[in-house]
Amino acid sequence: MSEPLVFHFDVDGSDFTSAGTASVTVKKNLRQLGLPADVIRKLSIAMYEGEINMVIHANGGTADVIVTEQYIDIILKDQGPGIPDVNLAMQEGYSTATAQIHSLGFGAGMGLPNMKRYSDEMKIDTELGVGTTVSMRIWIR
Amino acid sequence: MKISDVKELLEAEVLSGEEHLGRDVFSACGCDMMSDVLAFAKDQAVLLTGLVNPQVVRTAEMMDMVCIVFVRSKKPTGAILQLAESSGIVVMATDIRMYEACGRLYINGLRGEKHLEHV
Repeated sequence: MSEPLVFHFDVDGSDFTSAGTASVTVKKNLRQLGLPADVIRKLSIAMYEGEINMVIHANGGTADVIVTEQYIDIILKDQGPGIPDVNLAMQEGYSTATAQIHSLGFGAGMGLPNMKRYSDEMKIDTELGVGTTVSMRIWIR
Repeated sequence: MKISDVKELLEAEVLSGEEHLGRDVFSACGCDMMSDVLAFAKDQAVLLTGLVNPQVVRTAEMMDMVCIVFVRSKKPTGAILQLAESSGIVVMATDIRMYEACGRLYINGLRGEKHLEHV
C-alpha cells in the first residue's frame, strides 16, 4: 500500500437514523485491509462520534478518511453554526443538544471528548456562522 | 460467561443471532446514553439498554460488542434486527428492568468495563 487510500462520504444531516453509516463502512473496509483491531476501533469510534455531531449540530457535512502506511487521518467538515467556545465544548458533560437528541441516546456532552480520547492528535478549526473542520490522526503502530 | 448464560440469567428472548449464543463475553455495560457507552473500552462486551434505535447497534458495532439486551420489555424494529444481523451481533429482549438485569449478570461473575487507560 504505497499510495494513500482515500474514502469520501457525504453525511446526510436530515436523517438521524442513518447517522453512522460512513463509520460502519470505513470500519468494514479497514478490517478487510487487516489493520490492527485497536487502531480500527479507535478510528471508528472517533469518526462515529464526529458523524453524529455533524448530524446533531451542523445539518451534515463531509467525511474524508485517508489511510497511509503510518497513520490514518479523518477530516470532518461541516458548514454548521461553528463552536463559540471550543474549550467549553471539550469539557465532558457539556452539551448544547436538545431534549429530542437526548431521547435518542446522544447529547451527553461526550462527543468531542471521546473524539480526543480515541484519536492520537486532534485539531478543531471553527468559525461562527461558517462551519467547523475537525481533523484527527491515529497512528498505526 | 457465554451469551447463552446471559439469556438464561435474564430470562430473555433471542431476537437475532441465535447462532452466536456460544460466544464468550467478558464485560457488560448498562446504559441509555450511547456516548457514555463509547467512552469506555469493552472486551467482548454485552450492552444492556432501554434505548431502541439503530444507533444502539452502530454503537455496539463500533465498540466490537457482541450482544445487545433490550431491557424492560423494549422491542426493536425489524430494521434494527437486520442491522444487528449484518454485524453478527446477538440481540435479545427481557422484561426485567435495567437495575435488576445488571445485578443478575454482575453477581454471576460478569463485571463492568475496563477503563480506557487499561486497554
